[in-house]
Amino acid sequence: MDINQRYTPQSWPEHPETATMEGKNKFIGFWLLLAAETVTFASLFATYLALKDKGPSGMEFSAAGLFELPLVFAMTMILLTSSLTSVYAMYHMKNHNFKAMQAWLGITVLLGATFLGLEIYEFNHYVHLGFGYTNSAFSSAFYTLVGTHGAHVLFGLSWFIALMLRNAKRGLNMYNAPKFYLASLYWHFIDVVWVFIFTVVYLMGVIG
Amino acid sequence: MAHDTHIHVRSKAEFEYAKKKRADEMRGHLATFAIMIFLTLIAFTMVAAGFSAYLIVPIILLLAGIQVILQLYYFMHMSGKGHGMVAFFMFCGMFVAFITVLALVTIVWW
Repeated sequence: MDINQRYTPQSWPEHPETATMEGKNKFIGFWLLLAAETVTFASLFATYLALKDKGPSGMEFSAAGLFELPLVFAMTMILLTSSLTSVYAMYHMKNHNFKAMQAWLGITVLLGATFLGLEIYEFNHYVHLGFGYTNSAFSSAFYTLVGTHGAHVLFGLSWFIALMLRNAKRGLNMYNAPKFYLASLYWHFIDVVWVFIFTVVYLMGVIG
Repeated sequence: MAHDTHIHVRSKAEFEYAKKKRADEMRGHLATFAIMIFLTLIAFTMVAAGFSAYLIVPIILLLAGIQVILQLYYFMHMSGKGHGMVAFFMFCGMFVAFITVLALVTIVWW
């Protein structure tokens, strides 16, 4: 079968992401990656929790004094909404509506970019206060954890943009459906990690 | 690639049924999203209201747990068919994650 086989909404399978052997393999392999990513982030969270508010120097900065909730709240809402817009994109992927899928992915990318912009603003603000990466064990652990998440956001955005551009003229087929599906899974996983970041780092940090 | 795929053009009834099922599922996702927003609001409001840390911490961790389950099972479709191996991978990952956090937190505690 030709990978560029054209489909109509009627001939499009119910689960195009796992309709081919390649799709099935990608699906299972990608979930294994997500399980491994869970462990990666757990080690960063554990390091952060162990080193929170620890020095030996730079002790004038503590989580309770540093973090401000309004910005974190805005970032949380933006990322959560972008998770919903990527659900909409996958809804239209399954409807074999390529244009609607691209449009929702575009909105997802815009929301993700806004999130990333706010995170850069936040880090820049902290650095100007004197809270740099090498300031203390706390600062290194904080930037490594939240920065690794930010790097995932950047990777997710690049992935979406690359897929959207590369397949702009192809339309949806069995070859790219699994690719779009996995990118959206990755995006949801980024939101899963953020739920723990806003809870464990920011909310529990503000409490002290 | 795709050597094992055959094209099955669905009948009109089959197609309409599948379409309606997807639309219903999408409405469910919207409800899930509303719940997630609500849980997030509760968490932020509790911290802003300044309750005791001993009260807030367990509750916001529980809210985060619920939100992650919603994200995994509904937005990422882990509740769907053919996700047995996926669940096995994720539970193994979560188990190792839990042990890792537990170990590093208790090391500094003692």
